[in-house]
Amino acid sequence: MAFKFKGGVHPDYRKHPEIPVTVIAPPQQVVIPMAQHIGAPCTPLVKKGDHVNMYQKIGENSAPVSAPVHASVSGTVVAVEPRPHPLGDMVMSVVIENDGLDTPELLPPLTEDQLKDPLSILQRIREAGVVGMGGAMFPTAFKISSGIGKVDTLIINGAECEPYINGDHLTMRYHPDELLKGIELARIAQGVNKVYYGIEKNKQDAIDLLNAHGAKEMGIIIEPESTLYPQGGEKMQIKAMTNREVKPGGLPAGVGCCVISTRTAYAIYQACYEGKSVIERIVTVDGSAIKLPVNAVIRVGTSFGYIAEQCGGFVRTPRKIVLGGPMMGICATTLDAVTVKGTAGVLFFTEDEDRTVEEPTCIRCGKCINVCPMRLEPTYMYQYYKKRDFEMLEKYHVTDCIECGSCTFRCPARMPLTHAFKTAKLMIQAKNAKEKAKAEAAKKEAGK
Amino acid sequence: MNEKKERMIFDVTYQPQVRTVRDTQRIMLDVIIATLPIVGFGVYRYGWHALLLVVSSMAAAVFFEWAYRRLLKKSITIDDLSAAVTGLLLVMVLPPQTPVWMAVIGDFFAIVIVKQLYGGIGKNFLNPALAGRAFLTASYSGVLTVVVIDGVTSATPLGYLYGDAPMPFTLAQSFFGAIPGSIGEISSFAILAGAAYLIARKVIRWRIPASVIGTVFVLSFLGGHAGYSRFEWALQNVCAGGVMFTGIFMATDYSTSPVTINGQIIYGIGIGALTMLIRYFGGYAEGCSYAILIMNLTTWALDKLCHRRQFGVSRKDFYLSKKAKKNKEAVS
Repeated sequence: MAFKFKGGVHPDYRKHPEIPVTVIAPPQQVVIPMAQHIGAPCTPLVKKGDHVNMYQKIGENSAPVSAPVHASVSGTVVAVEPRPHPLGDMVMSVVIENDGLDTPELLPPLTEDQLKDPLSILQRIREAGVVGMGGAMFPTAFKISSGIGKVDTLIINGAECEPYINGDHLTMRYHPDELLKGIELARIAQGVNKVYYGIEKNKQDAIDLLNAHGAKEMGIIIEPESTLYPQGGEKMQIKAMTNREVKPGGLPAGVGCCVISTRTAYAIYQACYEGKSVIERIVTVDGSAIKLPVNAVIRVGTSFGYIAEQCGGFVRTPRKIVLGGPMMGICATTLDAVTVKGTAGVLFFTEDEDRTVEEPTCIRCGKCINVCPMRLEPTYMYQYYKKRDFEMLEKYHVTDCIECGSCTFRCPARMPLTHAFKTAKLMIQAKNAKEKAKAEAAKKEAGK
Repeated sequence: MNEKKERMIFDVTYQPQVRTVRDTQRIMLDVIIATLPIVGFGVYRYGWHALLLVVSSMAAAVFFEWAYRRLLKKSITIDDLSAAVTGLLLVMVLPPQTPVWMAVIGDFFAIVIVKQLYGGIGKNFLNPALAGRAFLTASYSGVLTVVVIDGVTSATPLGYLYGDAPMPFTLAQSFFGAIPGSIGEISSFAILAGAAYLIARKVIRWRIPASVIGTVFVLSFLGGHAGYSRFEWALQNVCAGGVMFTGIFMATDYSTSPVTINGQIIYGIGIGALTMLIRYFGGYAEGCSYAILIMNLTTWALDKLCHRRQFGVSRKDFYLSKKAKKNKEAVS
């Protein structure tokens, strides 16, 4: 039985896992951003006029916290220039004109021996550009290798607590064997014996299916956990599986855990057994503006405008493009921006989903405190944020906020809480960096 | 001709992009719905005058809020229904013979002086309805300290309990509301029905009502009284007076109660203890409305004292850090 964390909310899930997975054909032109992960962005390896194959590596950076990017179609490079990134900025991207042939250039699948060797698996994970596909896009190879020795438990995250999103659920349903093999590879790479798989109870069919496919025999303990947002948060998942709590400011490795998502495990399988790098994923396209909501395999680098077209266009004027789930998803600014490895969903929202008010007034109901999974006091933190009182904000542990949005979701007065805490965290970071620099400068001065 | 598509402009907001449908207005509406059985019972007991009081008080409260904010050119906030709730709760704690004009004066005091002068919803530090009642009781004590039913003045059950005459009402009568008292206080049964609705809808949590009622029960059980069995005495103390109604509907008022979890429990215990203190030793048979007004003043202090142990901090570390802070303060 999974352990429970305090707080959490029950958003309106609106999941449609019953919609079968379709494939949206790649567009005439794909735009592959060089930054599809947290860490150092890649340098393009190709130039205008080059011919590239599908799965071919087109961007790389040798920094440890980085992951290469690959071409998602075969064709000709028509431009290497900054293009709109889903996160808002212009980012150096490789634009490929699709020749429609999908000529593959696969990595050689790992041999029997290599499949048992942690180092070659890690190398392959890195080479194939596997990143945390839950949305954070942290380079998986670095995550696993940095935890070796400290980690005793591997946790696979199958909570998928975000509304709308179905990618993980459908991966479990369509590829149970491959998924289990991928988990096994991650376990070998991490060098641990204990593997927990946390799946929310609203995916009972997937739990049964995985068990039927021999999860237990492989030593993977599937723990059904309560359907509660943010169950899929890294810290909540660790708490649910092991009853350990990550210390404030600490890393999961600090309590001996490593959490990787379902889709990442599947990507590891594809990289090692099939030699495929990460160039596509299941994306849920939904929202009240879109005509036909779908769960579709979409190539990396497909523009949102093209996706909307393929889903029957808009029935109403969209007001927002949300990437990922609606609880933690961010907004894209333009239909020209493209999907990346971490895009689990593209939601086109109209004013129906918008519940902001002009003049939010806190009524001190305390619901934010009841739902905060980190057990913070959002209502007071917000008051100190309004006064820009960073000392008190730190005293109220604003830096522990995981920005899950539970407080803001539950707030009847529609206060912009999460936004405020995000800003406060950035301001505190900047302030601390400044003070550190000042102290160092003073030290230097004294040294002279 | 012009084939260039119009560029779409999108909103950019920070997460979460979805929010619950339960806004302030819906919460206040839930409170009104929860009082329906109580109002219904009051009208059944006291006749149409009770209904007239409820409706006119709600209307007056909304009017005062609207007029104040209109005059001061502030945004109009009457559609969050909080003014209507204040007007409603005010008459619930007034005796049935209260004239309408008196309730309207109470509304004025509650809405304008107690609530709006401090900035409106969420910013007042006293419970508006109870402050309005305290104001009225002080101003018209002759009219409001007795209960008149059909022209007959009767002592309240608490007057019997703490007076010399024997209590004429059985426990069942107290519980189901066959006793004289304020419109909202008489039927504990109806109040519990309303409370069940509020808790089911998660408008309020169990902590404050349970600690208020629990403390009153425990203290009166321990204190006892000559001529009653302890159990009967304790239950009469809970059901016959205003503890049930004020503990559930007034003590849980958002603006004036602590938001921290331990703070809520201490706050509730404080109300219960002060109520019993006033009942046993005060010159006034009913103590809970003043107990709440007093505890309202401690809300901020309680919230400051009762920080929660945040995620990832062990019990030991939490107390060590608290201790370290104390030492630091002692040094400086």
